[in-house]
Amino acid sequence: MARTLSRRTFLEASAAVGGGLLLGFSLPVPRRVQNDRFAPNAFIRVDRDGRVTLIMHKVEMGQGTYTSMPMLLAEELEVDLSQVQLEHAPADDALYAEPLFGVQETGGSTSVRGNFEPLRRAGAAARTLLVAVAAQAWKVDAASCRAERGEVVHGATGRKLGYGALVDKAATLPVPRTVPLKDPKDWKLIGTPAKRLDSPDKVNGAAQFGIDVQLPGMKVATLAACPVFGGKLASVDDSKAKAIAGVQQVVRLDDAVAVVADHMWAAKQGLAALEVRWDEGPNAKLSTADIVRQLAAASQQPGVVARKDGDVAGAMAGAARKVEAVYEVPFLAHATMEPVNCTVHVRRDGCDIWVGTQVPTFARTAAAKLTGLPRERVQVHNHLLGGGFGRRLEVDFIIRAVQIATQVSGPVKVVWTREEDIQHDMYRPYYYDRIAAGLDERGRPLAWSHRIAGSSIEARVISQLFPKSLRVIRAGGVHRLGAMIKGLDLDAVEGAAEPPYTLPNIRVEYVRQEPPGVPTAFWRGVGPTHNIFVVESFIDELAAATQQDPFQYRRALLDQRPRAKAVLELAALQAGWGRPLPPGSGRGISLLHAFGSYIAQVAEVSVSKQGDVRVPRVVCAVDCGIIVNPDTVTAQLESGVIFGITAALFGEITIKDGRVEQHNFNDYRALRINEAPAIEVHLVKSGEAPGGIGEPGTSAVMPAVANAIFAATGKRIRKLPVKEQLREAKV
Amino acid sequence: MVTLSINGKAHTVDVPGDMPLLWVLRDVIGLTGTKFGCGMALCGACTVHVAGRPIRSCVTPVAAAAGKQITTIEGVGETPSGRKVQQAWLDLEVVQCGYCQSGQIMSAAALLASKPHPTDADIDAALAGNICRCGTYVRIRAAIKRAGG
Repeated sequence: MARTLSRRTFLEASAAVGGGLLLGFSLPVPRRVQNDRFAPNAFIRVDRDGRVTLIMHKVEMGQGTYTSMPMLLAEELEVDLSQVQLEHAPADDALYAEPLFGVQETGGSTSVRGNFEPLRRAGAAARTLLVAVAAQAWKVDAASCRAERGEVVHGATGRKLGYGALVDKAATLPVPRTVPLKDPKDWKLIGTPAKRLDSPDKVNGAAQFGIDVQLPGMKVATLAACPVFGGKLASVDDSKAKAIAGVQQVVRLDDAVAVVADHMWAAKQGLAALEVRWDEGPNAKLSTADIVRQLAAASQQPGVVARKDGDVAGAMAGAARKVEAVYEVPFLAHATMEPVNCTVHVRRDGCDIWVGTQVPTFARTAAAKLTGLPRERVQVHNHLLGGGFGRRLEVDFIIRAVQIATQVSGPVKVVWTREEDIQHDMYRPYYYDRIAAGLDERGRPLAWSHRIAGSSIEARVISQLFPKSLRVIRAGGVHRLGAMIKGLDLDAVEGAAEPPYTLPNIRVEYVRQEPPGVPTAFWRGVGPTHNIFVVESFIDELAAATQQDPFQYRRALLDQRPRAKAVLELAALQAGWGRPLPPGSGRGISLLHAFGSYIAQVAEVSVSKQGDVRVPRVVCAVDCGIIVNPDTVTAQLESGVIFGITAALFGEITIKDGRVEQHNFNDYRALRINEAPAIEVHLVKSGEAPGGIGEPGTSAVMPAVANAIFAATGKRIRKLPVKEQLREAKV
Repeated sequence: MVTLSINGKAHTVDVPGDMPLLWVLRDVIGLTGTKFGCGMALCGACTVHVAGRPIRSCVTPVAAAAGKQITTIEGVGETPSGRKVQQAWLDLEVVQCGYCQSGQIMSAAALLASKPHPTDADIDAALAGNICRCGTYVRIRAAIKRAGG
């Protein structure tokens, strides 16, 4: 049964440049806004030669959007996936805003969630028009025709017309306001593993990341920012640097210095040859311990209420037993494999930017502001991202590159060394959590109290947008607006405010405490990566405190949440929960409901006599609703698990004398192949709305590993990373 | 002047002998498939073959590669092991962001050229120097076994 759209959708066709059908689609938004301005969020182009182009408003950073988005379009347009080509969309919020954010952004595990309906609708509308044109040409009823593989076929006579032959006429027709979408049982692409469209170029070196841009006359620059957060450049002696062959120019900024050269080697050597004096400023003595002390103090203060059900104080007072804990998670760098970089050409009449960014419109706005050029004179040429993980949601490095480029004649590629990339990242905040539960006689939590102290990334991001962007407010809705006004960071409490368990009395609070000088930003898994670690570790503590099996303990609290219970049971079953393991080994379980998905994981760890932790196996059970590309879901779980284990075992940015102490992959470790677990992913078939999948694997694995360490050793990990903690315990 | 033989083609470049091969490939010759990741031989993104052996081009002076056969990701598909590895990578959908994959493939191709049927321990030893932040290790291992199967 085909279904019609229940919400108003407006589509508009017009002649594409060079002929063909150009079709925009918009999201259901309030009428007054539609009257004001047509706001499509993506474009399909069908050319006269039958080629279908999806102008991609999402970026590819490994998560598979360059395959899943075309699948959605092709499903309804009735073309083979191989017939769809992609073009990077230009920077334009009005055209390409992510429905869930209101700005053109790829992040927060939203691409499939936000575009599942709009892209299918766009494909269906285009198909409807193409069928209508063919039917007119044959003088038959459109209902007697069908579309398949880029052609319209007349069923009775077998006549065929390719889409290319139909586009000119189709572009002149009014676009249907309601479009029948295919019944899920008729889906050919959605739910069937599809080959990634970006793979071939990524195995032969042809893929172009931002760092691979080459332009005539382009120079290469590398830079040193003041090593102390908030410090300034005092003076530079560049006489030795300028004597190095290939060095062209030294650029001084308020708080950084860059060397511009013919190639990166000359730039690096030039930078090393500079004699730089820094004015270290107010943070010259800052250390991680100072920041933690401030957080610990802040966590003693009442916070903004994120959730309040029942009477926590009363239930706590009447509890048979009370369990309390403090959890801490560290600053983390993103360490994308492609170090941050940005190529900029500033001219008097315009500015071009070549970069891989998750937020092209922010880049455009920032560059316009810096150069004084109108926004339309700033062009962002987006590229493949050599990893994002939240790093490329920020434009700090683009601003830097523009600052440098304004002093350089011609295009300049600014490349961060790995050391600069790690020491001048924007970091996942350090969070400090106080959590407590009051248990009844059977050990069930009657009262649950959780107070989170840490930086508010949302407050910073929103302050840059609000109140300028009505679109953002509209996307966020009244809920987010209300939270913003009372100072609640919804991201900072996500995963904590609504645990899936039956908790009759619950109070969750947030205390904002900014670390002096240290810039903070989103990191893969965002709020849930911190909160799921705390909640799932603490639930494990409650099971242990009452001598109950951690799987059964959770399961008994999930009667209201069948999807959560089902993934928990599936993970336990597949992992062989309860089966004996050798001494020094243990299993840990975790459950996540975030990003619209349910995930349970069981990690197995082994801890050596010396206290070294290995994770040989991780089992994942996933219910992320309707799955577009099953292989992508599996790959994202594998990816998220490895990313999360890296952070759980090693990940930590520490600060001493106002400087980041880590430098490169030697002291900011990443899990390597010889340390990687076997990972099993079990997908639950579901007809529910699609959930996000890029991030939850990372969020769920950290507590699974920590709980497995407890099972193996009896040592509860309340502070990440694990690093040397077990070694200390053994001593 | 240094003359390099890269993927069977001669390139003469005017660069200092101590300049790392990585930057000569990327910034002077324009072969950008070889990636910069760390600059200290810690991540393997810059792996190329010099005289058939995998090396980290970010710490290899160009002078040390002069006169030897250099193979990069752009040319490895012309070798039997490289071709097999690339195909296995496609068959098993290894890549994600893809940035480290040039280096992973170069390390894997060198391994297969010397050990056509590598064990898990061989794979660990040959690929432990290649970091992938997307965490494609499970598939890298499977793809190497497939290529060597």
